[in-house]
Amino acid sequence: MSKKTNKLEAINLDAYYGDFHALKNINIGMEEKAVTAFIGPSGCGKSTFLRTFNRMNDYIDGFKVEGQILLDGKDIYQKNIRVDELRKEVGMVFQKPNPFPKSIFENVVYGLKIQGIKKKSVLEEAAETSLKRAALWDEVKDKLHKSALALSGGQQQRLCIARALAISPSVLLMDEPASALDPISTAKVEELIYELKTDYTIVIVTHNMQQAGRVSDHTAFFYMGELVEFNKTKTMFTSPKDERTQNYITGRFG
Amino acid sequence: MRVSEKVIEGLLWLAAVITILITAGIIWVLLSESISFFRVVSLAEFLTEKEWTPLFADKKFGIMPLVAGTLLTTGVAIAVALPIGLTIAVYLNEYAHATLKQVVKPLLEVLATIPTVVYGFFALTVVTPFLQQFIPSLAGFNALSAGIVMGIMIIPMISSLSEDAISSVPRSLREAAYGMGSTRLQTSFGVMVPAASSGIIVSVILAISRAVGETMIVAVAAGQQPRLTLNPLVPIETITTYIVQVSLGDVPQGSLEYKTIFAAGITLFVFTFALNNLSFWIKKKYQEKYD
Repeated sequence: MSKKTNKLEAINLDAYYGDFHALKNINIGMEEKAVTAFIGPSGCGKSTFLRTFNRMNDYIDGFKVEGQILLDGKDIYQKNIRVDELRKEVGMVFQKPNPFPKSIFENVVYGLKIQGIKKKSVLEEAAETSLKRAALWDEVKDKLHKSALALSGGQQQRLCIARALAISPSVLLMDEPASALDPISTAKVEELIYELKTDYTIVIVTHNMQQAGRVSDHTAFFYMGELVEFNKTKTMFTSPKDERTQNYITGRFG
Repeated sequence: MRVSEKVIEGLLWLAAVITILITAGIIWVLLSESISFFRVVSLAEFLTEKEWTPLFADKKFGIMPLVAGTLLTTGVAIAVALPIGLTIAVYLNEYAHATLKQVVKPLLEVLATIPTVVYGFFALTVVTPFLQQFIPSLAGFNALSAGIVMGIMIIPMISSLSEDAISSVPRSLREAAYGMGSTRLQTSFGVMVPAASSGIIVSVILAISRAVGETMIVAVAAGQQPRLTLNPLVPIETITTYIVQVSLGDVPQGSLEYKTIFAAGITLFVFTFALNNLSFWIKKKYQEKYD
C-alpha cells in the first residue's frame, strides 16, 4: 500500500469465542509510525482484533486464534513467544482509565520496577520523561507521591499513557481511550496521539467517527467480524468504496 | 389475610428479639459473675500476676499464662493458614481453570466441616509423633501440633474469603498489570493481592477470632498446663481449655474457683469482640475504594 514498512500485520486471521466466529479471515498491514483507526458498530470485532496484537485475549476461556499476527515480521502467536516480553513491546491504553491504587510516581515506574530496575535516579528520570511525553508533567510534578486515584478522569488516562510509554514500547494500542472522558480531556488525548505518532506505531479503536478523522492516517472499517474496508482515512471518509462503509460513516446505522 | 400477615410479622419480630435477648443474657451472666470475681481478685493482679493456679492450694490468679497459650496456638495456626490460604486463593483466581475452581473451592470448605475433636486427635496421635521424629524435645502435649492442625482447619476460611476479595478487584486493574508486561506472579502478588488487601485482612482477622475461640483441638492436643511462655514445644493451656477443664471438674458452684471461668470467659469475649469489630470496621472503611 505504501513504501513504508509494515510494523504490524495480520494474515488470514480468524478468531473464535467458543463457537462464535468473532473475526473472519482478516488481512491487514499497519505502517510504522502512523496512526491506524479501527471503526465499526458495537460487537463488530474491532476490540477483539486490537487485543490480538498484545494477546490480551489469552485469558478468556474458549478464545482461539487461527492465522498469523506479525510484529516486525515475527509471528507473535508462536509457542516460543513470551507474552510478558511481547507486551513490553506492544503497550496498551484501555477504555476506562485504570491506574493502580498507588502513587502517581509508582504508577509510571511500575513497568520498570517489574523488570527489576531499582535505581532511584533511573526511575525518577523515566517518570519525568514519560509524564512530559504524556503532557501531564506540569499538572502533577508537585504531587508525584499522592494517590493516582485522586486525579481527574482525563489526567488518569494521560497517566495511563505515561505508564505505557515508560517501558518504551514501539506500538501503542488504544481501546477507545477517550470514550469515558469529557470533551476537553478528549481533545488533550487526541492532541497527544497526534504528537506520539512521530515515535510510535499507534492503533486506536474508536466509536467516534470525527475522532478517527482527526487523529488517524488510515482507517479500517469492521462489520460483523469482517474487515470491510481499509484505506487512507481521507479517502475512506470522502469516497468509501463499500456501501456498508458509506452507510456507517454517514450515520445510517451504528 | 391481614391477621395472618400480622402473625407472621410478630413471629419474625419475636425471633429477632429472642436472639438479642439471649446474647444480652450471656453478656449479663459473664459480667455479673466476673464482677463478683473481681471483688475478690483485683484487676491489676489478674493482668500482671505471672501464674494461674486457682485450683491449687497456693492460689494465683494471673490470666497472662492462658492469654500466652491462646496467642501461641493462634500464632502458629495463622503462620500455617495465611501463606497456604493466600496461595490457594491466588492460585484459584489467577491460574486455575474456571471448572477446577468450581470443584476445588467446595472441596476445601469440607475441611471446615470436620468435627474439631477429630482434628484434636489428629494433632495428638498423628502430627505430634510425626514432628517428634524431627524435634526430639517436643512434648507429647504441645502448642505446635495443636496450632498446626488448627491452621489446617482455618485454611478454607482464609482461602475462600481471600479468593472472594481478589475476584472482586476490578478486571481493569488486572488488565492494566498484564498490559504492562507483568507475569502472572507479578500480577497476582504485586497488584491483585495489594488491591484486595482489606478483604484479605478481614479474612485473617476472622480466622484469628476463630482460632482464639477454638476449644477442642487445644484441649485434646496442647495440654492443660498454664505456662507463661512462647515456646511452642511444651504443654500449655489456652483460655478455652481452662474453661472446659473447670466446667467438667468438681468445682463447687459459686466458689471463687468456679467464678474464674467467667473471668476467663470475659477475657476471651473481649478478644473476639474486638477482633470482629475490627474486621467490620476495616471492611466498611475500605470496601468501596476501587468502585
